[in-house]
Amino acid sequence: MSKLTLRTEGDTHIVVTRRFAAPPEAVYRAHTEPELLQKWLLGPEGWTMPVCINEAKPGGKIRYEWRNGKGEGFYITGEYIELAPFSRIVHVERMHLPDPTPDNHVETRFDADGTGTLMTMRMTLPDPQTRAAMLATGMERGMEASYVRLEGMI
Amino acid sequence: MEMALNLDAAFSALADPTRRAILARLATGEATVMELAEPFEMTQPAISQHLKVLEGAGLVTHRVDGTRRPRRLAKPALEAMDQWLAMLRKALEMNYDRLDAVLAGMEHPKGRGGRKR
Repeated sequence: MSKLTLRTEGDTHIVVTRRFAAPPEAVYRAHTEPELLQKWLLGPEGWTMPVCINEAKPGGKIRYEWRNGKGEGFYITGEYIELAPFSRIVHVERMHLPDPTPDNHVETRFDADGTGTLMTMRMTLPDPQTRAAMLATGMERGMEASYVRLEGMI
Repeated sequence: MEMALNLDAAFSALADPTRRAILARLATGEATVMELAEPFEMTQPAISQHLKVLEGAGLVTHRVDGTRRPRRLAKPALEAMDQWLAMLRKALEMNYDRLDAVLAGMEHPKGRGGRKR
């Protein structure tokens, strides 16, 4: 499967792309249905997501909680702004460590690409300092927060 | 290398968002206290205090250039950061590899997949 790409854009954006072998409908569902999310949105080995609240409608709540089985954990909360099944999701989220990080505004597109899907996730942080902090931070999880830091710094 | 990376001190140094942002700034090149203070809207003594913690953890070092003492990332910090980034990237790739497996296990409606919204 094709590789992840990860780049910074302008002063406040981070863009991640990834291709999948399944059609947009399936990839979209895997991003919005809790029982599917709990199978893959886990980050490093050993982490689980015991709580996955995902109300996939405008204004709907998001809350994901992760645990590593050694007493450590953290969670994110967020809200959906816009959903266009099965092509586009717009939401905001923040991480609680436990103090909340500034809001990360995320647009995720699922575009048909042959028989598969090209996913493009574009994150917008409130200011360059927040993005820099995200890029430098090693939040111990797999998703948005960890997409992040990489390519802009290497 | 006179100052080794102290892992415990490094992790507690990294627990602070301002210090992480300082490291992110130094990852793009060396900077003086004054240059570091500017984007953070913090006083120079406050930044100096954060730098002291970072230097104590072996993450940041400085050189003397006349009256200037520009700070830069210490080599162990750069190596640690490289490892850290590789680990994070791996975690991210693991997520998507797992997602590939989830997708392979889902039933896809065939022949009407081209429907838009």
